[in-house]
Amino acid sequence: MTIPKDIPEKWFPIVLPLKRKKQEGLNADKERRERTEEERRVRANDREYNEKFQYANNCIMTSKYNIITFLPVNLFEQFQEVANTYFLFLLILQLIPQISSLSWFTTIVPLVLVLSITAVKDATDDYFRHKSDNQVNNRQSQVLIHGILQKEKWMNVRVGDIIKLENNQFVAADLLLLSSSEPHGLCYIETAELDGETNMKVRQSLSVTSELGDPNNLAQFDGEVICEPPNNKLDRFCGTLYWRESKYSLSNQNMLLRGCVLRNTESCYGLVIFAGPDTKLMQNSGRTKFKRTSIDRLMNTLVLWIFGFLVCMGVILAIGNAVWEKEVGSLFQSYLPWDPPVDNFLFSAFLAFWSYVIILNTVVPISLYVSVEVIRLGHSYFINWDRRMYCQRRNTPAEARTTTLNEELGQVEYIFSDKTGTLTQNIMTFNKCSINGHAYGEVIDTLGAQPKRGQPLDFSFNPLADPDFCFYDQSLLDSVKLGEPLVHQFFRLLSLCHTVMSEEKSEGELVYKAQSPDEGALVTAARNFGFVFRSRTPSTVTVQELGRPVTYTLLAILDFNNIRKRMSVIVRNPEGKIRLYCKGADTLLFERLHPCNQDLMNVTSDHLNEYAGDGLRTLALAYRDLSEQQWEDWAELLRSAERATDFREDRLAAVYEEIEQDMMLLGATAIEDKLQEGVPETIAILSLANIKIWVLTGDKQETAVNIGYSCKMLTDDMTEVFHISGHTVQSVREDLRRARERMMESARSRDGGKEEGMEGWGEGCSLGNGFGVGGVGGGADWQPQREEKQQGSVPPPGPPSTLLDSIAGEYALVISGHSLAHALEADMEQEFLDTACACKAVICCRVTPLQKALVVELVKKHKKAVTLAIGDGANDVSMIKSAHIGVGISGQEGIQAVLASDYSFSQFRFLQRLLLVHGRWSYLRMCRFLCYFFYKNFAFTMVHFWFGFFCGFSAQTVYDQYFITLYNIVYTSLPVLAMGIFDQDVPEQRSLEYPKLYEPGQLNLLFNKREFFICIAQGIYTSVVLFFVPYGVLSQASRNDGIPLADYQTFAVTVATSLVIVVSVQIALDTGYWTAINHFFVWGSLGAYFTILFAMHSNILFSIFPNQFCFAGSAQNTLGQPVVWLTIALATVVCIVPVLAFRFLKLDLKPQLSDTVRYTQLVRQKKRKPGGRGGRGASGGVGGLGGGALGRLGRAGSRRSGYAFAHQEGFGELITSGKNMRLSSLALATFASRHSASWIDTLRKKKQQAAQPGGESSPAAAPAAPLSTSSSLLGPQEATAEEAAHTPLGPACSNAVTPTLARSPGGDSIGGWAVNLGAVQEALFGWRGVGARISGASSPGPPPIAEESSLTE
Amino acid sequence: MMKKKEETANRPDNTAFTQQRLPAWQPMLSAGIVIPGFVLIGMAFIGIGVALFITSRNIQVLERDYTGDESNSPCNTCTHSSPDCNCVLNFTLSKLFEGPVFFYYGLSNYYQNYRRYGVSRDDSQLSGDVAYFKNPDSNCAPYRVDSKSVPIVPCGSIANSMFNDTFRLYHIVNGKEMEVPFDGKGIAWWTDYNVKFRNPSLVNGTLKAAFDGTVKPINWPKPAYELDPTDSSNNGFLNQDFLVWMRAAALPDFRKLYRRITQGDYAAGLPAGNYSLKITYNYPVLSFGGRKKIVLSNVSWMGGKNQFLGIAYLVIGSLCIVMSMVMLIVYAKFKFPDDGS
Repeated sequence: MTIPKDIPEKWFPIVLPLKRKKQEGLNADKERRERTEEERRVRANDREYNEKFQYANNCIMTSKYNIITFLPVNLFEQFQEVANTYFLFLLILQLIPQISSLSWFTTIVPLVLVLSITAVKDATDDYFRHKSDNQVNNRQSQVLIHGILQKEKWMNVRVGDIIKLENNQFVAADLLLLSSSEPHGLCYIETAELDGETNMKVRQSLSVTSELGDPNNLAQFDGEVICEPPNNKLDRFCGTLYWRESKYSLSNQNMLLRGCVLRNTESCYGLVIFAGPDTKLMQNSGRTKFKRTSIDRLMNTLVLWIFGFLVCMGVILAIGNAVWEKEVGSLFQSYLPWDPPVDNFLFSAFLAFWSYVIILNTVVPISLYVSVEVIRLGHSYFINWDRRMYCQRRNTPAEARTTTLNEELGQVEYIFSDKTGTLTQNIMTFNKCSINGHAYGEVIDTLGAQPKRGQPLDFSFNPLADPDFCFYDQSLLDSVKLGEPLVHQFFRLLSLCHTVMSEEKSEGELVYKAQSPDEGALVTAARNFGFVFRSRTPSTVTVQELGRPVTYTLLAILDFNNIRKRMSVIVRNPEGKIRLYCKGADTLLFERLHPCNQDLMNVTSDHLNEYAGDGLRTLALAYRDLSEQQWEDWAELLRSAERATDFREDRLAAVYEEIEQDMMLLGATAIEDKLQEGVPETIAILSLANIKIWVLTGDKQETAVNIGYSCKMLTDDMTEVFHISGHTVQSVREDLRRARERMMESARSRDGGKEEGMEGWGEGCSLGNGFGVGGVGGGADWQPQREEKQQGSVPPPGPPSTLLDSIAGEYALVISGHSLAHALEADMEQEFLDTACACKAVICCRVTPLQKALVVELVKKHKKAVTLAIGDGANDVSMIKSAHIGVGISGQEGIQAVLASDYSFSQFRFLQRLLLVHGRWSYLRMCRFLCYFFYKNFAFTMVHFWFGFFCGFSAQTVYDQYFITLYNIVYTSLPVLAMGIFDQDVPEQRSLEYPKLYEPGQLNLLFNKREFFICIAQGIYTSVVLFFVPYGVLSQASRNDGIPLADYQTFAVTVATSLVIVVSVQIALDTGYWTAINHFFVWGSLGAYFTILFAMHSNILFSIFPNQFCFAGSAQNTLGQPVVWLTIALATVVCIVPVLAFRFLKLDLKPQLSDTVRYTQLVRQKKRKPGGRGGRGASGGVGGLGGGALGRLGRAGSRRSGYAFAHQEGFGELITSGKNMRLSSLALATFASRHSASWIDTLRKKKQQAAQPGGESSPAAAPAAPLSTSSSLLGPQEATAEEAAHTPLGPACSNAVTPTLARSPGGDSIGGWAVNLGAVQEALFGWRGVGARISGASSPGPPPIAEESSLTE
Repeated sequence: MMKKKEETANRPDNTAFTQQRLPAWQPMLSAGIVIPGFVLIGMAFIGIGVALFITSRNIQVLERDYTGDESNSPCNTCTHSSPDCNCVLNFTLSKLFEGPVFFYYGLSNYYQNYRRYGVSRDDSQLSGDVAYFKNPDSNCAPYRVDSKSVPIVPCGSIANSMFNDTFRLYHIVNGKEMEVPFDGKGIAWWTDYNVKFRNPSLVNGTLKAAFDGTVKPINWPKPAYELDPTDSSNNGFLNQDFLVWMRAAALPDFRKLYRRITQGDYAAGLPAGNYSLKITYNYPVLSFGGRKKIVLSNVSWMGGKNQFLGIAYLVIGSLCIVMSMVMLIVYAKFKFPDDGS
């Protein structure tokens, strides 16, 4: 299961081909073996036979090294990296005395440092891989060996073994299901780990093997399976079982794949077909693609350019050397003869080239790569440490699983999100309903004028109620209690018309197994309101209606399918009345209503719109009374349709259609697909940050669109939402074209206005976009003009290439899976992409995991944008892997997505923090770091170039060699690291308040080729100053004791000191956030420089190693001179002043948004000191966005179907065939059917049993009594409730308090008033004391219970 | 309590460091800092610049080239002749050349900073380590051993190419030449004389014996222990001229201190009058296009004459002032929106 992510640290793209080749090499053996495996033969219980084929065992190994191989393999790997090889090459060059311009240690010290850091990191990674491998491999499973079940570790499971699985266990390998504890060899599995679908799936064993119930029989099983070789197709399996001279064909329906979880099945036995690496799960997991950031790629390009530059400079200097040697050097030989190997100037130039390569290599120091890694590591830790990304409920902090992608988080432009489990919690709650034109569920606090939820209703009257169910509208419960017939009918429908299975482990402890969570929610709602679906047989449904069991005969299930978008049941109630109950999409249902429903339909449809506007999933409910004759006629039609062999589906549909007519509308339900916390806010902020969000979901279109609305991706303010659901290439193309034309049209018509608008705006542009944002947030008016202004004020990277890019209106695209399949074809993908990218929101529904990845790949390929994929399930793995950044939602059951991801946390809303805070900072820091780093190294290195012209191009270094060694790793590394790790331009809350601050990252503004050249130019300028200022001063200067200062060592120390001071001042300028650490590092580096300088130049070191420390005394002689300090001051000012002036002017003339925000922050801080919170900064407006603006966004209501039905068809058939019934319930069924006439007896028996504890039962139920008593009773009860409301406990707890208070006056044992009235019902129905209250309350009107109970007499 | 702990076991620590809330100073290039800063820097630089400029102007420098490539040059004859050629350079001081006066020799187009030249020495040997007398450092090649494989001490190109012209300055008073006394002590770095360079320990009380088994550098007329016949302590590696020469110059045009004029009548400076400089012309430079010169200079508190520094300070200071003006104008025109409203 666990596939630890390979986190290789690669520095150069060139490495990758090498790496890949190696991996191919490793895989080649495996592939060869697989190629030869054309089919797989597995004989059960015969290890010897199976061993012949050398199938992979169930052991998984993802680690790379062991203790012995670590050093050689790791070093070998590391030296495959170009950077390391390059430095090794330099090291070798330095060992040649004729070339060596630097001592060998200038290279070897950093190289060893780098190699060991990487090695430690690799070792740690591998250690964790070992650990997780071990954990998985050592899981226990029960293997049948010689007829006995034995505990075995997973890794010891072999192909051909029979293993036993128990409920809720992970499947250890790909198994052929042999038998199961359930009837018909059925078992249920959850495949969330594999494909992310959360609904349960049914697997069935072959009937011949399902009979082999117990281990003894199974131990005798010696069937042989011949099947396809291992592959990664999750939904396909093809093989044959040969057993007892017969052949049985096997399909995916018989397979349990590794990674699935067994559910609702006590146990089952399976034959291992594929194990370990051959399982479909592992075959699918593949190797992690190595991801690199765009900064990485840019950096690599730049590094290559720098190498080019290096070679150019080497060549220039070598030419210089040739000329010099010819013109001067050859004549100077009386003092400096050529070395014996150097016999002419050309050869000397050749050597000089290499010498200069060595000297100038510091433009790309090895410490660059180390520093980048360290910074990213630091950022990763900040992500891990962030308490605001820690989920208390799940006790999971955010985790950066990859440490190489952080800065890319600041550049994301497209987010691809899964729906279920990511945006939503996959929890459906029955939220509102409309019954007979009366809307329930919305509790409006009249004072607050804002919907506020009070205490959830108290369902304690109902012993079968689900304690987790919450509802807030007392009036609905009152209606039920008052016995409003339509309300009862409504809940009766919900309790009858479904395909839920119930399980009653012990009396009263009901567990529903719903195929889709929304169906479960509806049935649970009915259950809590007193219509408890209790059990079913293939032909009956037993419902406990307000405490009274009623068994309906199930005549037919008109199953759901995608086209019908509804399901119906036809039941016969105990009185023999036949009724059809139907629930389904309102659009379809309304067409099939009886005309007399018109008024009700209008009201209900208003309610539906309201619900849909709130993003709820709605269903309309209707019923139809059928006469016996109608039923008989139709049943005949149904039978003939079922018998039909051709077009059976169509015929059935037609038959269904016929009966679902003239229905009476009951009402509608609204289910909330519970969003994860803070999803709409997050999406709003992210889209303000100009991030486009695409939802890719396996769900149906309606569901997906609904969620789109509820999380405010889609709003009714949108200009248009395009739906593309064509099934053919033509229609998809047509749809896309139409959508594009619509957008173009409006863009064109708006273009005129836009230009006019722009003229007026012209002046404002220069003042920056900060105020535009503030305005948008503050005003919260999303007028298109405003949008345009925004776009105008942000300098676009270039003129829009097509008209589509300039579309300002808000469009959304909804595309379904089969359309997507066409849209992703090579000839249409561009069209699709253009259309989709012009839209603000894109929703792809019914997509397969592969399609998810394809969509991501498509955007990646054609848009030069950073993509992020977020998901929680195994079906998101492919998408997570193919996106630039993969985010996994952790804390859920499945860990597949997390394992494949680069970042993981447990709430979608943390994404805003990850991107807008951490990502933005990471990007900013990395860019600042890189700018500074290139600057400082150019300033450092280029001095050698200038010096070349004055030293005969002899590759003489300007500095002491120790300075060269330590410059990058000691003197300048820590301040820039501190900046790279800790810097902040604006505080974190500001980056959430001003999402626009995220934009520079997307546009790649902070570090690009232009910025790079600016840095380089600045570096070269600095090097010029650093060389020529000392040159100008020192060449003539002398000390005040007459000794000239122009000696080499003085010059070296002066330049080096100036350099260190200049780059320190520069980092001080660049650092925007001076923590104590920054202070410590900056001052510490300067201190370290001087300390080391004096130490290296000290007499003591010289006296020990005279040849190594020949600079003895230079420091004190040089730095004691005022002229030297004047020189340093001059050089520093000349270097820094222009930068300072430039930055100041830029800040004034062209402030960035971040500058503005920072400035306002500063001003506010200053103002706050004297008196309170002055000046309503631009932030005030945006701050309100989270609340007001969003709240407002949701309110509008347009006609929209929010059809909630997430399940597949086919369950109806399963139920009516009785296949999925437990034996116990089947027995009951047979019993029931046998005594169908006398089922009442059964019921009575049960009742009497239930009545036993209740004491003496009086069969004299008075159906009329409740009617009269209830009203009188309700009085005091309400009063008590009122009193309760005024108790110190406060109104909020009135609901909770009511029952106890209500009962107290009656006495302790059983409430006095309740006894008189409720004793009968209590005795009859086995309800506990409280039950009386509700039955009393529900009796007004013609109570159906009363009718039915009278029938029982 | 225990349970609560478990529930939050994975919660990150709430410290300023982990939550990135470390107290920090967040500077901003605001006008209130930058513009006064520029003015301040400008003022300071102009002040220093003026002081430097004036001081530098008061320093007197006298330079005379004596390469002798031109035919009218007094040393022209010496360019072709054998060593120990003498020539005389005459010059006149119109006013007092204030003391203390320093006498330099200068070389041009001379690459003491050439990489191979610079490393062609053995600091261990020069620090008196006798082990390196027998086996000089390989960097000294080709001046490591002579043709008979006898080690050269001091080895290497630098030592071998030691400057060996000598000078004597005469003040002509009433037609009579009065020798100006030269002070050759302390012309090298204190650390060179006291730390870096050490003579080998004397053998039998003589330096000569300590140099046994070695030969003098090829170009040298005399071995190291006989460099200064007049002062026995000024011999070997501690010879001041040798020390000065061994401190390699950074640039191809350089001058080195030869003598100070601090004694006798000339302690206060060289009075106005005629002077003649007698040069023993030994050192060939014409072969590689080099030039030789002598320089007489005095110093101020900040060292020798240095026009560059003063002018640079003045220029940069003024530029800062100008920049501050520009920034002020820009700031006034495109005022940063302070109040946000």
